[in-house]
Amino acid sequence: MSSDSIDQIFIHLKQWLLSWLAGAPDWIIQVASSLLNILALLGVFLTLFALISVLERKILGRMQNRYGPNRVGPFGLFQPIADGIKMLIKEDIVPARADKIVHFLAPILIAATAILALGVIPYGRNMTPFAIDGGILFFFAVGSTTELAVFMAGWGSNNKFSMLGAMRAIAQMVSYELPLIITTLPVVMVVGALSPDAIVAAQSNYSFGFVPHWFVATPWGAAAFVLFFVSGLVESNRTPFDVPEGESEIVAGHMTEYSGFKYATFFMAEYIGMFAISGLAVTLFLGGWHAPVRVLQFIPSYIWFFAKLSALLFVYIWLRGTLPRTRIDHIMNFAWKFMLPMAFTCILAAAVWHYAGRGLAGWLCSLAVIVIVYIALSILLDTRKRFATRTYRFAE
Amino acid sequence: MNSVAFILIALLTLAAALAAASLPKLIHAALSFAVTFVGVAAFFFLLGAEFVGLVQIFVYIGAVAVLIVFTILLTRRDVGKDRGFNWAGVFIAIAVFAGLLWAILKTQPLSIAAPPIEALTVRRIGEVLMTSYVWPLQCVGLLLTAALIGALILVMEEKR
Amino acid sequence: MTPTLQLFLIVAAALFCIGLLAALSRRHAIFILIGIEMMLAAANLNFIAFWRFGPQPQPPTGVMVAIFSIAIAAAEAAVGLALVIAVYRHYRTTNVDQLNQLKG
Repeated sequence: MSSDSIDQIFIHLKQWLLSWLAGAPDWIIQVASSLLNILALLGVFLTLFALISVLERKILGRMQNRYGPNRVGPFGLFQPIADGIKMLIKEDIVPARADKIVHFLAPILIAATAILALGVIPYGRNMTPFAIDGGILFFFAVGSTTELAVFMAGWGSNNKFSMLGAMRAIAQMVSYELPLIITTLPVVMVVGALSPDAIVAAQSNYSFGFVPHWFVATPWGAAAFVLFFVSGLVESNRTPFDVPEGESEIVAGHMTEYSGFKYATFFMAEYIGMFAISGLAVTLFLGGWHAPVRVLQFIPSYIWFFAKLSALLFVYIWLRGTLPRTRIDHIMNFAWKFMLPMAFTCILAAAVWHYAGRGLAGWLCSLAVIVIVYIALSILLDTRKRFATRTYRFAE
Repeated sequence: MNSVAFILIALLTLAAALAAASLPKLIHAALSFAVTFVGVAAFFFLLGAEFVGLVQIFVYIGAVAVLIVFTILLTRRDVGKDRGFNWAGVFIAIAVFAGLLWAILKTQPLSIAAPPIEALTVRRIGEVLMTSYVWPLQCVGLLLTAALIGALILVMEEKR
Repeated sequence: MTPTLQLFLIVAAALFCIGLLAALSRRHAIFILIGIEMMLAAANLNFIAFWRFGPQPQPPTGVMVAIFSIAIAAAEAAVGLALVIAVYRHYRTTNVDQLNQLKG
């Protein structure tokens, strides 16, 4: 088999499956094709969720000098199955004073929107489940629904911890949605399209055969990628920005009153949201499914995509293992005073890069723009003077 | 297929709109309001205006609905339920609907079936927005900035 | 059978009247805002429907108007809700019937 047929194996498989329906009315084939896409998407990402949930605990364990889960199956790999069974047979508790309908709908909405957002990401050559012209906009439109779902969970539970957690979550998600969206703008402007496929196609070339034309290789792209990644951390409520569910303060935030399978749904939605944001970061800045060097193009495209995705997910886990939780006012200050101006600077730098001919000159000019703004912001936002010498007040 | 989708979306939109207008609890009304706008966005998709549908979801669910629930939270201590219900409003609304319905049914339609059109791409919208509609665009930008500042000033704590 | 322009107009009219109902008969300021937003959405639906059923090809005027209208509706919602909060702070109520004084 040639490398091309391995690359397209899933497409051929789908066509083969659909060929069974030959002769059926058009809309049946359309529905069947969509169902196949949905099933493949769910299968892949639920498996990935199960895998990541155990790998995260293993890696965190390794970072904290202990064994992770290692009892169920080889190396503890069957742990998610045990967890799933445990979650399924737990009692489903709904608080007596809860707003029952809203309480019930919140986990459904949050999981549905998280999975919908996965649909527009190109996973490989010709492998976009839901290719529409405004794909990036679709991603953010669907993603913004999460805030409403979190609010529903917090309100529906009728519990002050839930409400506090939901308020924190919405506050930080609204604040970081701005840098998240504004950092995608330079990419959209440079490519001139909102569709993820066009964005991936624009990153397909190589200089000298080994420097890929990924947007992360340009100064504005690198800055935007870092900002996007940090905003993604906040949007998926991951450490160090996990104040909405800070266990030591407000139990589990908006998930406090959920138990059993509904809690598992929230947990799953959080991870799927993380996959979606990382997948979009790969698509926008890391060249999507393209190989990093030209000679490695024989490896199928979807393997590259998932390799990049796994690398990003590892960074997520790594950050969780190393960083402490940030205070909420610091998070908000950081969003409005640093992230937002830097995100606008990325647009400016991308424009400079574009009008200086997209070459070395543009590269250096846009680097200069970003460095100047970064230094200016650091001087403006310098808070060192405000700290006094720390005084310790022990019970003497 | 198309008409099935139309009927389903119409039922969903109008039912959610009625719920938003009549539910006693504000939060339920706000959530039904969000569903109404999903329905309207679905209509836009059905009519081939993908971009507007996405913008609609983005703006209304992501921003306006969240603003509304925040406002409900901030004004929550206003314990008295929604006291009065003005029945005159119902009659006026029904009268207006009857008038509109009469006008719609009496007018000759432009064309019975929708003429085939080429898909309205985002690129085309962007080009039009940046050429013939650039002044309205600037005005809307100014308006949004003014609204942002105005809203901030309105909700700032009053100094006593 | 595919839906005709008239059907879309009827749905938009119904949506408009439900918005009108909410704005006229509810006493809570937020309901009134919700009603106004619904009326704007009904108008948008009309714009898009007329664009789709109008003679082709043509510049996408209906779509443009709908986009601007959404932006203006967002601004209106932001200012309106800020007003609701400001009024609530002052009078401790959001019932529009009780806001009958010009001088607070």
